[in-house]
Amino acid sequence: MATIVVDGRPYEADPARNLLDVCLSHKLDLPYFCWHPAMGSVGACRQCAVKQFKDENDTRGRLVMACMTPAADGARFSIADPEAKAFRASVIEWLMLNHPHDCPVCDEGSECHLQDMTVMTGHNERRFRFPKRSYVNQDLGPFVNHEMNRCIQCYRCVRFYRDYAGGADLDVFGVHDGLYFGRAGDGTLESEYAGNLVEVCPTGVFTDKTLKRHYARKWDLQTAPSICVHCSLGCNVIPGERAGELRRIRNRYNREINGHFLCDRGRYGYEFVNDERRVRRALAPHGPDRSADPLDPNEAIARVAPLLAGRVVGIGSPRASLEANFALQTLVGPDRFFQGISTRDKRLVDTALALLREGPSRAPTLHEVERADAVLVLGEDAPNTAPRLALALRQTAGVVPRQAVAGIPRWHDNAVRELIQDAKTPIYLATPVATRIDDLARRGQHAPPEEIARLGFAVAHALNADAPPVGGLAPEVAALAEEIAGVLRAAERPVVVTGTSCGSEAVLRAAAQVAWACGAGLCCVLPECNSMGLALLGGGSLDDAARALSDGDTLIVLENDLYERTTAADALLARAGHVVVVDHLAHATGARAHTLLPAGTFAESDGTLVNNEGRAQRFFQVFAPSGHSIRESWRWLRDVMNAAGRAEAAGWHALDDVIAALAAARPDLAGVRDAAPSAAWRFAGNKVARLPHRATGRTALHADRSVHEPRAVPDPDAPFNFSMEGAGVELPLPAALVPRFWSPGWNSEQALHRFQEEVEGPLRGGTPGVRLVAPGAGPIPWWRDPPGPFRRREGEWRVVPLHHVFGSDPLSMLSPGVAQRAPAPYVALAPADALGAAVVVTGEGFAATLPVRVLPELTPGTAGLPVGLVGPLPAVVEVKPA
Amino acid sequence: MTLAFSQSARQRFDEIVARYPNRQAALLPVLHLAQQEFDHISPEVMQFVAEQLGVPPVKVQHVATFYTMYNKKPVGRFHVQVCTNIACHLTGGPEIFAHLKKKLGVANKGTTADDLFTLEEVECLAACGYSPAIQITDKKDRETPIFFRENLDSLPKVDALIDELRAKAKGGA
Repeated sequence: MATIVVDGRPYEADPARNLLDVCLSHKLDLPYFCWHPAMGSVGACRQCAVKQFKDENDTRGRLVMACMTPAADGARFSIADPEAKAFRASVIEWLMLNHPHDCPVCDEGSECHLQDMTVMTGHNERRFRFPKRSYVNQDLGPFVNHEMNRCIQCYRCVRFYRDYAGGADLDVFGVHDGLYFGRAGDGTLESEYAGNLVEVCPTGVFTDKTLKRHYARKWDLQTAPSICVHCSLGCNVIPGERAGELRRIRNRYNREINGHFLCDRGRYGYEFVNDERRVRRALAPHGPDRSADPLDPNEAIARVAPLLAGRVVGIGSPRASLEANFALQTLVGPDRFFQGISTRDKRLVDTALALLREGPSRAPTLHEVERADAVLVLGEDAPNTAPRLALALRQTAGVVPRQAVAGIPRWHDNAVRELIQDAKTPIYLATPVATRIDDLARRGQHAPPEEIARLGFAVAHALNADAPPVGGLAPEVAALAEEIAGVLRAAERPVVVTGTSCGSEAVLRAAAQVAWACGAGLCCVLPECNSMGLALLGGGSLDDAARALSDGDTLIVLENDLYERTTAADALLARAGHVVVVDHLAHATGARAHTLLPAGTFAESDGTLVNNEGRAQRFFQVFAPSGHSIRESWRWLRDVMNAAGRAEAAGWHALDDVIAALAAARPDLAGVRDAAPSAAWRFAGNKVARLPHRATGRTALHADRSVHEPRAVPDPDAPFNFSMEGAGVELPLPAALVPRFWSPGWNSEQALHRFQEEVEGPLRGGTPGVRLVAPGAGPIPWWRDPPGPFRRREGEWRVVPLHHVFGSDPLSMLSPGVAQRAPAPYVALAPADALGAAVVVTGEGFAATLPVRVLPELTPGTAGLPVGLVGPLPAVVEVKPA
Repeated sequence: MTLAFSQSARQRFDEIVARYPNRQAALLPVLHLAQQEFDHISPEVMQFVAEQLGVPPVKVQHVATFYTMYNKKPVGRFHVQVCTNIACHLTGGPEIFAHLKKKLGVANKGTTADDLFTLEEVECLAACGYSPAIQITDKKDRETPIFFRENLDSLPKVDALIDELRAKAKGGA
């Protein structure tokens, strides 16, 4: 540690950091634009100027840019120096020359970094009397709005989009006062990380287009800490609500997982919460037209409770919380609780969990993946199944070349990028089809899952002779395995990335074997947001449920559409005497329900999700839905149990009681309790206010019903109030309870540094969440049975599931923008197999005529089908000309 | 319209690309080559260059729009660039520019009806010592560009220069 002097006071500083970073870490106000904590310094905006002095006798000093100046031991600076202040004021005056005076109607107003910095600098009077420069804006697609007149040329957008996220369709054009940041022409931004521009842009050039449709100011949004439900990574998010409508999703910094960025599926997938297909009232559909009058909640409970006297089978869901699944498991008993996923999916997830628990390899966090010095990706199309992981891997690519850079500090972003050019960390990719991160790979292979697994097993054997060899490898594959093994062996922090998406247990096992053989981290992508939690909870598959269900039994389906999971849904539902569906969306399964109970979405309930690394994370209710019908799934199940006179749920008054019951029943899951502070947590006797203290319209919003301010809905489940009353975010809240990032003078998300011990460090109080899965301590459970090579069979095509970031997740598909970005159903075939423009695909109850997409890298004898777009996928199909 | 390099330009392209460790690095000289070959850098030419070098089209647009010496629109045979930056401003650049606008009957960046002259006001030409400076390129004779012939300290000298160029064009040179 070094000591630097700022305005006469000594501060501790890490000499490897720059002065701006150190000042912000010490919570000193210093304005800046182009510097970004995740992207380093380029010294473009000249806003963070400070005075540097040679020694204590130097009174004149010289102006330096804080972001470009190392915090060297003994260095002396002044932020308050009059010359430095005047310089900063003049810089902001230049930047504001052309900036429109449209703050009151600008989408960014209330969380504009430019606004904050202008106020901080003291520039408040306009001297420039000439016409302002103006631009034509572009239509950038359904997610991002473009308003170029507001641009201050900080270059953050292209640095993020092009340099950080690898996008190829956004750049900067022109020169001097005519700079233009945009695409070559109108058109949707292609990158699945484009939505981050909304947060990266320090002003309102790029704003959230979905928010624009139902706009509310940041200070009017009710927020709570939440977890993304659109993939298994568990990115931390901040959903914002006003007047009963979810308005947007923002990133919630978690150093170990999502850092500063989200993917567009996570950011824009929220609109299902507001969808008109929501189930908002309890229903008992009857008659041929399934017409239904709404039921009073008590009526609905009275209708279901007597059924508990008979046999009840429960089907849970990997998109429901641990608590909801546990409530159903309690209601039906562990023997009659089923996971609501196909046998194949269950085997995959169970295998992944077993490999993480029984083998010695730990699941790395995304932050650790970003710091790996060698990576092998086996089978997983991360940009489509876990986009934030793919973004992390793009950063991994820079790790090794950056390590080798000597004499230039790491934060000196442009210089370091120029120096390393195209050099990359060794990353090897083996996937069934090309992925959008193939450009990162040193070498790789596109092959069917068996061949990917065989490559993995061969790498493991090359690394460790205890792992069994693979017979009959092609010489070039054997050579590739040797090369990969050599790289992994030499690495200090190797990581193996795999997952369930290519549908192969052998691939998972091969990946684990490689990780075990070289002591690598094992990052395993799972299908859904709580796949891991459900696997930990246990229970059979849907096929097991069909076997357990006797004719006439009651079937309770929790937050699940069985028609997405199995082609046998019709048969299963037809045999049940009474189908109870607890869900927030109307879907095919709900249409078959005898009783439909309206559940809260993630934004209207609290609970715990377990991500792919086994981290239990709590999401908190953002808003109280209007009316009294919608309630948390676990509450419906509790009410039914209580009405039936069952004792188990008698003490379940609040979420913490359910968690306590879960911890008592399952000591291995007791860690869930510590995922976040309980509802009893208080700061000086106060809960945390979900609404900012500047929220407006408390009475006006309800004035059509009553001019009296309504009493806030009580919340027994969480240490939050549905109001402005209570502890604000300026207080030192535990990391898991931070509902938004704001600090006096720092209205944008740039306030984040006020919530960290130091820039890029974890949130104060540590990273939220608790790991429920730990590596095994026993001997390495080598898999001794690598699969044989892929052999094409006549008249048979092996199905390779192909995932789409927009399209394969059914919840996000209810967002119009996501649906617009999704591909139409298709079948992918190798050139040799393409029998025409469209083909008939049949097999295992699957039948469809689909247009053909020719993929040159696909192996003949395999057929790629898009997950989520054509119904449940068979394992093998027949393809005939249409 | 599909663009293609002539045989000699293709050969030159290969030579240029061979000079650099990666193809993107050849972008600037290849754009100059393309400007000679296709008259100016239209969006189609940017697309063509992007394909030739295997870089994203926005990258080419990024570079081509940054440098003012790549013409994004057609220019006349003689591209007359008049500096009005500080040194030239003090020694009569703006007067020359105003005079030429009147004489040629065009606005800034305009081209005469006979397609002979394009007039443009530019920032520093790095010739302050000869100020006021004019730079003229002749599309038909790129090897010998007309730079700063002499100190253009009076408007008749400018007129003479323009007349000389007209005569050159008329004479078929």
